[in-house]
Amino acid sequence: MSDIRNLIIIGSGPAGYTAALYAARDQLQPLLFEGAVTAGGALMNTTEVENFPGFPEGIMGPELMMNMKSQAERFGAELVTDDVTAVKLDGDVKVVTDGSGNEHRARAVILAMGSGYRELGIPGEKELSGHGVSWCATCDGFFFKGQQIAVVGGGDSAMEEATFLTKFADRVIVIHRRDELRASRIMAERAMKDPKIEFLWDSEVVSAQGETTLTGVTVRNVKTGQTSELPVTGLFIAIGHDPRSDLVRDQVGLDPDGYVLVESPTTATSASGVFACGDLVDHTYRQAITAAGTGCAAALDAERFLADQEDSG
Amino acid sequence: MGNHTTTVTDASFTQDVLQSDKPVIVDFWAEWCGPCKMIAPVLEEIAETHGDKITVAKLNVDENPQTPASYGVVSIPTLNVYRGGKIVKQIIGAKPKQTLLKDLAEFL
Repeated sequence: MSDIRNLIIIGSGPAGYTAALYAARDQLQPLLFEGAVTAGGALMNTTEVENFPGFPEGIMGPELMMNMKSQAERFGAELVTDDVTAVKLDGDVKVVTDGSGNEHRARAVILAMGSGYRELGIPGEKELSGHGVSWCATCDGFFFKGQQIAVVGGGDSAMEEATFLTKFADRVIVIHRRDELRASRIMAERAMKDPKIEFLWDSEVVSAQGETTLTGVTVRNVKTGQTSELPVTGLFIAIGHDPRSDLVRDQVGLDPDGYVLVESPTTATSASGVFACGDLVDHTYRQAITAAGTGCAAALDAERFLADQEDSG
Repeated sequence: MGNHTTTVTDASFTQDVLQSDKPVIVDFWAEWCGPCKMIAPVLEEIAETHGDKITVAKLNVDENPQTPASYGVVSIPTLNVYRGGKIVKQIIGAKPKQTLLKDLAEFL
């Protein structure tokens, strides 16, 4: 049947775009769903990427992603700025339903949906989201000029956000529930050396206060149990990500944390003809370059799968 | 793609938005905001299709800090719908087209 494609790719970070680039160069004419508001993936909300090889001076995250996108398009990948709302991954022909309700069919599917930011799950967080509580320093930092704000988290993203936010805020307080950082040494040292950044160790945020906008947070010391009030007008949450695997739950094997399981070192999932890559799979490295690497592997795996199918069919 | 949106500034806000006969959806945006760029084409489409019922206006927060400050905008993209000089709807964060259309249905 002519309306059955070779390959559909779901997701558009470094993993999805790299998979599309490889598959397009192999003339598989892949169709890629970028996501209606998430096109480009997590790097679209970052500033400078210093550790993607090949860019000795660094490159802005959004620019890197636009480059990957146009490189995939150059070889004939078809990119659609829409979400995927449903998939049917069993059988020889997979069905992918887009945000407008249209169904698309393909013999192979690559999953590259990445991860979504994690919430604290504290009172006031949802209510004040967009009113002082934020997950995007590059979007919202601007509005906190001369103010005192807090960043929650101890990893690279938290350090990057804290350092970025000193461009605007007078004082940035990093709240971290351990007494040491998880961040890479270069990111941690940069933040520790910054005179505008302070650290609140062994502490967690238990609630966010404010009528219409954030006025402060309650912080609890996890060792002593003591709580204190911290008057901040901004709370930037960078406590990690969860894999966006809801779409494929019950259709491919997941680990207890929701990451898609693959037959390492390949990218094959438990469903035949379905491959997975990027942060959706990876709870260990989670870098742009590792995501791109597994995206490449997924495209090569899909190519081989399709070739084998043709031989036997 | 044609340009069916209007640009508003701190100086023109009262006249172009608050005193408008039609409801106005104001997109608070900035060049450095990734999610703002994602919804821009959707707003352009809404302006093109529904321009007779609603004006789609864009306000650059970098160049026009007063208006966002006076409406307590601290996150972008924020979409505020003004009718008769008052905010009647606020949508914060990038949303897919279908969700935006549903949220704005009463004005379209």
